Amino acid sequence: MTDIRLSEQVQPTFFPKHQHALYRRLEDKHTLVEIDESDPLTTRIILNMGPQHPATHGVLRAVLLLDGERILKSVIDIGYLHRGIEKIAEYKPPQEFMPYTDRMDYLSPYSNNVAFCLAVEKLLGIQAPPRAQYIRTIACELARISSHLLWLGTMVMDAGAVSMFLWTFREREKIYSIFDKLAGVRFTVSHCRIGGLQYDITDETIGMIRSFLKGFYGELRSWHKLLDKNPIFLRRVEGIGAISKEEAIAYGFTGPNLRACGVPYDIRLYEPYLVYEELDFEVPIREEGDMLARYHVRMDEMEQSAHLIEQAIAKLPKGEIRLDNAKYAYPSKDEVYFSMEGMIHDFMMTDVGPLAPAGTEIYHAIEAPKGELGFYIYSDGSGIPWRVKIKSPSFANIQVLEKILEGAMISDAVLLIGSVDPVLGEADK
Amino acid sequence: MPIVFWLTLGGLLAVFFTLAAYATLAERKISAYIQDRVGPNRVGPKGLLQPLADVLKLVFKEAFQPSSTYRLLQIAAPVLMVALAMGAVAILPLSPHLRLFDGSIGLLYLLGVLSMGVYGISLAGWATGSKYSLLGGLRSGAQMISYELALGLALLSVLLLTSFLLPDANPLAPQAIVEAQRQGWFVFLNPIGFLVYVVAAFAETNRAPFDLVEAEQELVGGYHTEYSAIRFGAFFVAEYMNMITASALIATFFWGGYLGPFESWVGVSGWPIVWQNVWGVSWLLLKTLFWAFVFIWVRWTLPRFRYDQLMRIGWKVLLPLGIANLATLAGILLLIS
Repeated sequence: MTDIRLSEQVQPTFFPKHQHALYRRLEDKHTLVEIDESDPLTTRIILNMGPQHPATHGVLRAVLLLDGERILKSVIDIGYLHRGIEKIAEYKPPQEFMPYTDRMDYLSPYSNNVAFCLAVEKLLGIQAPPRAQYIRTIACELARISSHLLWLGTMVMDAGAVSMFLWTFREREKIYSIFDKLAGVRFTVSHCRIGGLQYDITDETIGMIRSFLKGFYGELRSWHKLLDKNPIFLRRVEGIGAISKEEAIAYGFTGPNLRACGVPYDIRLYEPYLVYEELDFEVPIREEGDMLARYHVRMDEMEQSAHLIEQAIAKLPKGEIRLDNAKYAYPSKDEVYFSMEGMIHDFMMTDVGPLAPAGTEIYHAIEAPKGELGFYIYSDGSGIPWRVKIKSPSFANIQVLEKILEGAMISDAVLLIGSVDPVLGEADK
Repeated sequence: MPIVFWLTLGGLLAVFFTLAAYATLAERKISAYIQDRVGPNRVGPKGLLQPLADVLKLVFKEAFQPSSTYRLLQIAAPVLMVALAMGAVAILPLSPHLRLFDGSIGLLYLLGVLSMGVYGISLAGWATGSKYSLLGGLRSGAQMISYELALGLALLSVLLLTSFLLPDANPLAPQAIVEAQRQGWFVFLNPIGFLVYVVAAFAETNRAPFDLVEAEQELVGGYHTEYSAIRFGAFFVAEYMNMITASALIATFFWGGYLGPFESWVGVSGWPIVWQNVWGVSWLLLKTLFWAFVFIWVRWTLPRFRYDQLMRIGWKVLLPLGIANLATLAGILLLIS
């Protein structure tokens, strides 16, 4: 029998110090791992799941200490998609930074745009016209549906049912077409402008949204029919990965994950932004905190989002879509092309940026599909933020994985990772 | 009749290989229709030459071996898989007059060949030297052993029925099992045994929802993660061959094999032998294709079991069910006689 430290067993090729630190965390504080050559059953395996593993939703890396199929301990390693977005924000006027927010939570770019725009507008002390607010609300809820759809598809695919993935993608495709009509871009929309929007919504787009919603309720019903009582699916998700209310709060959970643990917290309800105050919706809550609860919360949320969109379309007011104040918002193209001031302002918005009073600092958060997405901005009086800090929901939600992976099986691991819905673009920033 | 034997062997292998190749196309097409896609439609009319293109591609690719492999064993594993997958089909009775191998030990041979399949997968998983493959290989070992028992019990109930219905025949010969179903297919006489057999057959062939051995999402292919080119192709073909064999066996043991419906009414036994053969082979083929379709259909609809759940179902549900079914059947037959 030989006693070896686990971390000494492996000789990593890349970044040995970092790897050894990870492997050391797999060990208990004071014990050594016993390797009994005569009894292979005592052998433990270290399994690297990711960052290129197909089921870790991007480039999440989980280092697992295995006893057969059971996970004894796990360490989550993130940062493989770090692009220094916060630092980039310190070098660009807000409008130029907008496309970078598309690439944070790349499953719901519109929410990120809106979150950033609202934060900047709060910093400047302005508000977009009502019509723009309504269109933003509609698009945000579409983005929420799109994000939850992807979550549903990938999670059920992780459980082994591949077809579900393509069915949800079929619906997402329709949402992409709507964004294409609305913003001119399918995926990374960047449709928001500070103080409003780039383009107005057309009747054709509204028709597309209406026809999408009409079919969407039926699809939701059929998915409920397929999954809610499916014994294999229930066995895979029921009671697994349960998180208690206290733990969820302690880990800083937000969004559907938190609401699945029985905490009725939704920023749309408690600190309403956009036009959520004028709309009527419910916040779905589950008490169990397990994967099934997360599934139900997200499914119900999609239905609520669809209702929200219907209401917002019905109430959509007429009017401007961008603030008529060239110091804070882009002038319309008519002005840019036919008046000198308009053109100068257009250049100034892009080149210098809208000027906030020196020393202003604000934090504004919205309820993104994954949870609380907040932007902290500190202005030194120039048009470029002095500091931007992004509070991304995925970063907080990922932290719990180390805990819930412990004691699970390998098959659960992929499901558990999927169930908290991490997007690494957002977690790594 | 050696000529008939060789012709049957050649025909069987040709049909079998073609079926296996086209099963891959069928899987892609059917999954595409299930998922609202079109599926492969570029190679040949309606994509019908796709399997040929796939094979050509696999043959000409580089067969890469990672440095951690045991080279010889890694090559041996897929060969073993294909050989065993082909071996099982030998006992299939194709018609009352046409069979390859009239072994009096037909069923024993079948069980032996089926359980040998685990060697190929475990060997591949172990010889590759990758942890994901190793886990896949281990899973396969546990899974095969657990479900072999249920499979055996289901077959035992078939034997029981056969020897009751045809006391003079050797029940171990598959021919006798089919002949015994002239009064009624065993799926009606022995429904629970049928159920146990089908579930066990899904597990034996490593198809969804029991495809833990491959488990694309968690083990990223499992035992064949590190295989490429024609070696991977061999595993692929073996998997589909196993699926076809399993379908044919389900048809033979429970769905009346080469027997068609209304056989006595149509008067098949009075036909020339050639036409009898055509009739038998067609029905067997039809039933096999139907079951192959079910295999594919299930794979693209159901989620996958977890490893411990799979074990629990094998040992705590299927095995007791198989024993209870066997005991009940034996009791009923005892009472009747």
